[in-house]
Amino acid sequence: MAGKTNEGNNDLVTYTLRLADTALVLGHRLSQWSSYGPTIEEDIALSNLALDLIGQARLLYDYAGAVENKGRDEDALAYLRDEHAYLNLLMAEQPNGDFAVTMVRQFLYAAFMHPYMEALMRSKDETLAAIAAKAEKELTYHLRHAGEWVVRLGDGTEESHARAQAALDDLAIFVGEFFVTDVLEDAMIAADIAPDPATIRSRFEATVDRVLGEATLSRPVFAAHHLGGKAGRHTEYLGPMLAEMQVLHRAHPGAVW
Amino acid sequence: MRAAAALSPDLARARAAIGAVTDPEIPVLTLDDLGVIRGIRQDDEGRIEVTITPTYSGCPAMAAMALDLESALVAAGFADARIRTALSPAWTTDWMTEAGREKLRAYGIAPPERATRRALFGEETKPACPHCGSHATAKVSEFGSTACKSLWRCETCLEPFDAFKCI
Repeated sequence: MAGKTNEGNNDLVTYTLRLADTALVLGHRLSQWSSYGPTIEEDIALSNLALDLIGQARLLYDYAGAVENKGRDEDALAYLRDEHAYLNLLMAEQPNGDFAVTMVRQFLYAAFMHPYMEALMRSKDETLAAIAAKAEKELTYHLRHAGEWVVRLGDGTEESHARAQAALDDLAIFVGEFFVTDVLEDAMIAADIAPDPATIRSRFEATVDRVLGEATLSRPVFAAHHLGGKAGRHTEYLGPMLAEMQVLHRAHPGAVW
Repeated sequence: MRAAAALSPDLARARAAIGAVTDPEIPVLTLDDLGVIRGIRQDDEGRIEVTITPTYSGCPAMAAMALDLESALVAAGFADARIRTALSPAWTTDWMTEAGREKLRAYGIAPPERATRRALFGEETKPACPHCGSHATAKVSEFGSTACKSLWRCETCLEPFDAFKCI
């Protein structure tokens, strides 16, 4: 098992936790839509996407815990770390807002993460490559679903167009972070464990341009203004979300049902 | 799981025991039909180990599948059997058996077509209606009652139906 040979590789643990936290935080955000969806089909769709992301997070936490080898399992990693120990992308923690915000956030995430996971399938780390192979299949239909909604909202009514454009303009400031690496990630890239996000930027932009074009939405500037998620510096929204997500486990450690 | 060369009597008995275990959410399919059982072996101490692969990362049925396999093995006398999960190679609906596809159709679920790589807005193959066989069908939602199904409607017989997604 790869976990054995990499035991104690702290950079690998951190890198894996970043991927896991991003998937879990976004998955939890989507789960907040359960029973609030605009139609029953969409309610099921959002819960389904949440389930995939939380499933991907579980596989990643399981692996991070095995490599770390300090006895932390997926529950300890998800429920017993505070806000500043979370290493997710800031995009993932942004509040659901209206339906347009949720769908634009999902679209931008999937437009990046789908080619990213495809590249991670070629990782020298066998476990990450195997997890990426599962995630990539799921992100294919996440991207399709969110992309179709962005087109329907943008090319829909005056109201839905305005809301989709506002969502895009608000969330644009978190796109730059997708492509910014630090020393730790650079080392993972050099070791052929992590893909270099710069290599997928053109695919991300082509997807965004195509969908925004069909949606009649104008593309805002994707500058790297808001950074810090991968280092544990978050926007004001993550803390309250984690409080709600973690309270049961912390009040009743080890509870099962 | 296809027939292998000479099995030890224990292994043959264990394999027969798990061969009857069905999917917790689609009970007409066995786990064999679904293609999630990737191997069965017996270690030097005689313990049976079954390898399964998850369908979807977050499929809530995986825990139930592992438990059902374990129960079947215990009932067959293998109290210390182990279920191992392997992620790679990733499960694909192409591993579903022909018998499984037929059972699904008879149950009212359109079986998966061969998995293809579909672009963002590429045309998708429409499943035939499992009730009347018509190809005039329309997608209602890409997401259905379980992670592995989508919702469709037949425009010939007007019946709604579930279709197994291709991944």
